[in-house]
Amino acid sequence: MTKEIFIKRFFLFFALLSIFFLAGIVFVLFKEGISLFTRVNIIDFLFGKSWYPTHTPAEFGILPLILGSLLVTAGALVVAVPLGIGSAIYVSEIAKPGIRDVIKPLLEILAGVPSVVYGFFGMVIFAPFIQNLFNLPTGLTAFTASVILGIMALPTIASIAEDAISSVPVSFKEASLSLGATKWETIVRVIVPSAMSGISTAIILGMGRAIGETMTVLMVAGGSAIIPHTFFQPVRAMTATIAAEMGETVVGSMHYQSLFAIAIVLFMLTLTFNIIADFISQKFKKKMTGGL
Amino acid sequence: MVKRDKVVTKNLNLWFGDNHVLKDVDIGIEENKVTAVIGPSGCGKSTFLRCLNRMNDLIDTTRITGKVLFDGEDVYNNRMDVVDLRRRVGMVFQKPNPFPKSVFENVAYGLRIQGIRYGIHEKVEKALRSAVLWDEVKNRLNISALSLSGGQQQRLCIARALACEPEVILMDEPCSALDPTATAKIEELLFTLKERYTICIVTHNMQQAARVSDYAAFLLLGELVEFNDTNKIFTNPKDKRTEDYITGRFG
Repeated sequence: MTKEIFIKRFFLFFALLSIFFLAGIVFVLFKEGISLFTRVNIIDFLFGKSWYPTHTPAEFGILPLILGSLLVTAGALVVAVPLGIGSAIYVSEIAKPGIRDVIKPLLEILAGVPSVVYGFFGMVIFAPFIQNLFNLPTGLTAFTASVILGIMALPTIASIAEDAISSVPVSFKEASLSLGATKWETIVRVIVPSAMSGISTAIILGMGRAIGETMTVLMVAGGSAIIPHTFFQPVRAMTATIAAEMGETVVGSMHYQSLFAIAIVLFMLTLTFNIIADFISQKFKKKMTGGL
Repeated sequence: MVKRDKVVTKNLNLWFGDNHVLKDVDIGIEENKVTAVIGPSGCGKSTFLRCLNRMNDLIDTTRITGKVLFDGEDVYNNRMDVVDLRRRVGMVFQKPNPFPKSVFENVAYGLRIQGIRYGIHEKVEKALRSAVLWDEVKNRLNISALSLSGGQQQRLCIARALACEPEVILMDEPCSALDPTATAKIEELLFTLKERYTICIVTHNMQQAARVSDYAAFLLLGELVEFNDTNKIFTNPKDKRTEDYITGRFG
């Protein structure tokens, strides 16, 4: 009996540990970042159009950075969602077992490639290609970053969506086929809708992967903190800003605080995504069980 | 009256890989009658049923010889349109498997994939009435099918099959997951359905086969041991093995 209690406490400790780390991170973020708002209006911070942290007078408007992050993330999703869901459908429903056994591990390897390698590839090969193709002053653009980030988010989306699609009961598939539906109709009308909870989780997690990615956007997005008007101009994401500037700031300075404040914004954004993902998957789960 | 067989199998053999599951099965399933296929677990009953609408195609290692004639046409010949075949041969499965959609959309599914746009409401109502489910769901057609009880779900699956206006309905142990009351409702339903449809039902419940069927086929290890009027099978079986099985000596 005492052993039972010991084991219970032991695992409770580990469970609490992750909560402790999360709380610690949030605490530090807010401790370092929040005092910026005693000196800079929060509206000016969020919606200011100029990011000149080292000028005098300094300006701390992060709208260009937020838009940079969102633009690149949206672009990445445009690339990754169709490819990811398409390959998930192919692997789980269409591919013969032999082909499936090759593609699945390959997708997983794609997920394991370090982001700096993607960044390097994007900088050296893809950016010059884009520059020549569209005749741009620089190949380091939001578009370039979107495509590279999309490829990076692809395995996340594909593998979670694949799990969701494979776990749709065979009985649904059989019911549909027995009613005279073709394989394609079955996929579109029964299998994908039934897997929607998992597929939407896959998309949101892919989105989290893209918006939180630092190294690649630092390397290929171009890095200019101006509000983007097209996909083909350099942008700077929030993550890249923190990574690039943190080393040059004086601890406790306004610039230092403002980078923490950016991290708070980023944290809030990803938190929102996660809550939305959770909400959506709960909603679909209810649908799958008839709301009981 | 001349007997007319809707579906006929001739020397039907089936293998899953090296496993010889059906051996020279010859059965004629008469129009507007209920034919029951009985036998112990693993004797190939469900596999036999799934040959009739080619659901075994889903398993890669399936190999079939012999013939399955549907209105005289071999369903395994190359010109056979499997999609069309499955529209004409509906199926109800062992475990109720409604889609995670509304009651209405479940029944409308087969119509929608056929591209039917008009009169869906009437057809859904008709199918639900035929499956004796209409009165229970008419005021809540938009609720999720998964919130219905097991028996209601199975009748919904029957309605879903009926909505496509099939000629034959295959039932694969449709009551095995249901309680006695729900089972009784489905059995009652079979009596009215056979006026319009040809029914082939697989069951391992002997009493059920005796109650609902006109003909019964006894399968044992993939072989058709005996096929006759249900009355004769149950009161005066010709084969010793049939007698042993129905009297409960094995199985």
